[in-house]
Amino acid sequence: MKEPSEKPKFEGLSTEEIQEINAEIAHYEDKSAVSIEALKIVQKHRGWVSDDCLIAAAGILDMSPAQLEAVATFYNLIYRQPVGKTVIHYCNSVTCWMLGAEKVREHLCRELNVKLGEMSEDGAYTLLPIVCLGACDHAPVLMVGDELRLDVTEDTVSEILGR
Amino acid sequence: MEKMDKPLTKNIRPDLAFATVADYESTGGYQGLRKAIRELQPKEVQQWVKDSGLRGRGGAGFSTGLKWSLVPMSDSANDSPHPNRYVIVNADEMEPGTFKDRLLMEKDPHQLIEGIILTAYAIQAGAAYIFLRGEYHLAAQRLDNALLEAQSKGYLGEHILNSEFNLKIYLHTSAGRYICGEETALINALEGKRANPRAKPPHPVVSGLWGKPTVVNNVETLCNVPHILNYGVQWFKELALGADTGTKLFGASGRVKRPGLWELPMGIPIREIIEEHAGGMQDGYKLRGFLPGGASTDFLLPEHLDVAADFEAVAQAGSRLGTGTMVILDDQTCPVQMVLNLEEFFAQESCGWCTPCRDGLPWTVTLLRDIINGRGRIEDLDILAGLVRMMGPGNTFCALAPGAMEPLQSALKYFREDFERYMVGNKLLEAD
Repeated sequence: MKEPSEKPKFEGLSTEEIQEINAEIAHYEDKSAVSIEALKIVQKHRGWVSDDCLIAAAGILDMSPAQLEAVATFYNLIYRQPVGKTVIHYCNSVTCWMLGAEKVREHLCRELNVKLGEMSEDGAYTLLPIVCLGACDHAPVLMVGDELRLDVTEDTVSEILGR
Repeated sequence: MEKMDKPLTKNIRPDLAFATVADYESTGGYQGLRKAIRELQPKEVQQWVKDSGLRGRGGAGFSTGLKWSLVPMSDSANDSPHPNRYVIVNADEMEPGTFKDRLLMEKDPHQLIEGIILTAYAIQAGAAYIFLRGEYHLAAQRLDNALLEAQSKGYLGEHILNSEFNLKIYLHTSAGRYICGEETALINALEGKRANPRAKPPHPVVSGLWGKPTVVNNVETLCNVPHILNYGVQWFKELALGADTGTKLFGASGRVKRPGLWELPMGIPIREIIEEHAGGMQDGYKLRGFLPGGASTDFLLPEHLDVAADFEAVAQAGSRLGTGTMVILDDQTCPVQMVLNLEEFFAQESCGWCTPCRDGLPWTVTLLRDIINGRGRIEDLDILAGLVRMMGPGNTFCALAPGAMEPLQSALKYFREDFERYMVGNKLLEAD
């Protein structure tokens, strides 16, 4: 595998991001297979994927920006606009719905003063819906950043938000 | 040998955060692999698994050994720099109401890894991918560590257990979307594309990842494989109570006393799962019905409690065993609203590739919302029944829309009075 040269078309990304993306290329038969990993790597470093970063990542993978954008907009865990420092996902699938997910969502919206999909004014949180998180025996559940929170009540919401 | 009636969960214990390679080895781990590599030809491993009667635990219930045997094995010469065949683990658990594979990966990751290695040996694949849903962060961490442990122990990599067999396993974490669980959509996602399903045939076993023969199996399915090799086909068959074989992770969620997950014999009566293991309904609630295996299975009723929880018996009762994790409908939750929640999920998760699914599911949601909001007409029930036919098996590109129609068609059959009640403005009381 050739070492990446830092050509202008990769300008939007850091050396570290480029290295991490290149390390993934070895795992697949085809460079463009790395598209989702590449977007996730960018997102890990920056919180979201800007147009400039997307264009740069497409350059590394020999894809057109439009091709990579088609992938980026398909997957709900790729953020094409800025999100808060921590993303809170609330599960709205069947068991959580049955056991009070809407109340949890209402409480979160009230506490964060946001509508679903919005970022709190201080930039700390974004609230998004998510499908079944695979913990239905502990419904309702949230995913706060990378962490799963089980048997959620209004009290646990307040505790998570530290208020 | 200790009595081994819970092979899949024997290392899942309260005193163990998760099983390390040493924990796994101490209960017979990697013995199946040793046996296969030293004593059995790849085709013989396929035959063992076929003879065991193991059926896919992801929901469809296809014979695992039969699937493997459909892989063309003639071209063993590996002159390209890339593998000639692939194994993919479908770890994209996202069926609403399903919470079994996460546990297997978080608590005993080596069991899955040994299953992958054996599968790859059986079809002589040079590489395998674990396609893990992006939200399963803890599982990703545990699998990453376990892959390194397996490598350092010589179970993975070059010359596995000093044989001629080589294998690489890569962990791919996904970025959402239920459709990725459909095996051809999953292959597209792994190739870095939008996860639209592919036309079949050719099936992935003939032409899958990058056009190479590819076996895609569910996590729980693969976790069974080491035990079949280690303890034998006869033992595996005797684990079950009915016509099917092995054990199964069964679960229950909703307003039962003890929601949870249990490894039980395949074919156990559904009543035992709901009434004994889940402790029956919470005080003040009655059982109205249940989805036997996730969102895309038909409702069953209390009269079906004595049905055996296996593929054939649940199918005969008019539903599907699916993932075996049951969603319980109580008497104070409106079935029409529950179906709306399910259809909102399916409409959102449709990939948009084929018209019946892309347009039919939002239409279904609109009709259900109208009914619940008091704007329904009795003819809407006929339109819903028409949508069930239009999105039925054979009319769509993949199984997403037919699956979406299963809870709707059974709700129209069993809970028609609940739909009609909205029509006369006689609203149900809210569940809470």
